[in-house]
Amino acid sequence: MKIIVCVSCVPDTTTKPTFIENNTKLNEQGVQFIVNPYDEYSLARAVALRDATPGSKITVITVGEANTEQNIRKALAVGADEAIRINAKPINAQYVAKQIAHVVKEIGFDIIFTGKESTDYNGGITGNLIAAELDIPYTHSVTSLEVSGTEAKMEREIEGGKEVVRASLPMVLGSQKGIAEPIIPNMMGIAKARTKPLTVREPIPVETPTQLIIHELPKPKGAGKFFKADGNVQEAVNQLIEALSKEAKTI
Amino acid sequence: MSVLVYLDSANGALKKTAYEAVAYATHFGQEVIALAIGNIEDKQILSNVGKYGAQKVYHISEEKLKTFANAAYASVIAQVAKDLGTKIIVFSASSIGGVIAPRVAAKLNAGLLSDTNVLPKIENGQLIVGKTVFSGKANATFSLTGEFNVISVRPNTVKPSEVGSPVNVESINVSTQESDFRAIAEAILKTSDKISLTEADIIVSGGRGLKGPENFYLIEELAEVLGAAVGASRAAVDAGWRPHSQQVGQTGKTVSPTMYIAVGISGAIQHLAGMGTSKVIVAINKDPEAPIFKVADYGIIGDAFEVVPALTNALKAYKQKIS
Repeated sequence: MKIIVCVSCVPDTTTKPTFIENNTKLNEQGVQFIVNPYDEYSLARAVALRDATPGSKITVITVGEANTEQNIRKALAVGADEAIRINAKPINAQYVAKQIAHVVKEIGFDIIFTGKESTDYNGGITGNLIAAELDIPYTHSVTSLEVSGTEAKMEREIEGGKEVVRASLPMVLGSQKGIAEPIIPNMMGIAKARTKPLTVREPIPVETPTQLIIHELPKPKGAGKFFKADGNVQEAVNQLIEALSKEAKTI
Repeated sequence: MSVLVYLDSANGALKKTAYEAVAYATHFGQEVIALAIGNIEDKQILSNVGKYGAQKVYHISEEKLKTFANAAYASVIAQVAKDLGTKIIVFSASSIGGVIAPRVAAKLNAGLLSDTNVLPKIENGQLIVGKTVFSGKANATFSLTGEFNVISVRPNTVKPSEVGSPVNVESINVSTQESDFRAIAEAILKTSDKISLTEADIIVSGGRGLKGPENFYLIEELAEVLGAAVGASRAAVDAGWRPHSQQVGQTGKTVSPTMYIAVGISGAIQHLAGMGTSKVIVAINKDPEAPIFKVADYGIIGDAFEVVPALTNALKAYKQKIS
């Protein structure tokens, strides 16, 4: 089985983003990049699927510049077999999906894992767009996956519950927490990752009808109104209810 | 010029997110055409979408489309948009609309923004849309420049209001292709939650400060009085106290309610990522230095075990007084 795991490299969750070039680009100086947390679930589930399906191979694909290679090695360290880096800045989801679709058409695929979303632009659409490019099914926010032969049974999060989805391979899915426990790389995995193949490919030209104009930081919030409960809980509670009913008008 | 709005539906009725998408679509100042797909027998429900701003409502009740298949829905909607010449297509960024929208955009080679949480603008003929990025730590503005443009709207971004009157509902027939049914919804597993987290107007969430799963009744009772959904922090979910379906934040759900009450939640950055765009944030925590107070609008600094029962009782009395 040809298993593809799409990995996005994103700023560490604790990053306080700032922007450059007229606020059109993230200032990467001093930013620690990590493997997108949802992609870690994908990787873990892909490794288990590969190990349960003899003759399978996991290829990790990233659209990113050379500085993403450290994180690609991490993906290899947790068990992927090889990696492809498409040498381009990931401009937007449509751009990334077209690059990935172009490569996987060439190398072949049975199941393509993406994360439910990436924690930088929080679009939650790349996997779906890849599926559309390849004209294969997509299932979003998947919390469990069983594959038997060319059939997959999944559960995905919906409002107020879960939906059971049956799909045929080849297919794309967007992983959510629950699908697998992320794997922490061990020393042997890290050592092996150094010699696993990492191929660099150049991007194809892609224009998208979606342009980022500007980033802005949210206006700082004014100080909140906080009531101390020590000594008189009832009074603090009454003050809060007064504020919520008269000022916030939420009750 | 017209805007096409897809109406989320389930179990023969429209979802709250359907009306929100219509309300959002009215902000373009163009004719609003709504489209529902699936089994909705009570035509009055569809007709009443006119009250919220749609000038026309179309319904596709094709047998094969009674169960949800995002690819099949996308093909049909893309075809309708082409036939009607609606250049802007609006969805809710829900578990229904949100997974149809990208595929429609791909079919129409359209501009695409998902999960927008601000109102759109048309400036010098350009469609300008925006959303929070970096998990709520920044905002970004985009220009959509396709012949067609597709937008999905984060639940709770726009409040529907009555602006018009009921309209005629027209049925349309479409053809579907077999290859669009390679992933289909087979069954729904409902949680016991009375109100879905992402759609809720008010959410009460509990965290590690509650000390154990046995104390979450405090959260449930407070939520009950407020008609709120129950949420939890990652710490509470990872400890096995609450199901993952209630987790708010990174690797859980992103919510944007009118009021978010965080009880015994310190406010780790991963949690703020999921609730930072709530309109009013209330924190109850005994640690005045907890980061949750940096984003909270109101709060009580005190022990949740004393504050929450008192708050629940006082709210009961308040609700009785105003009803």
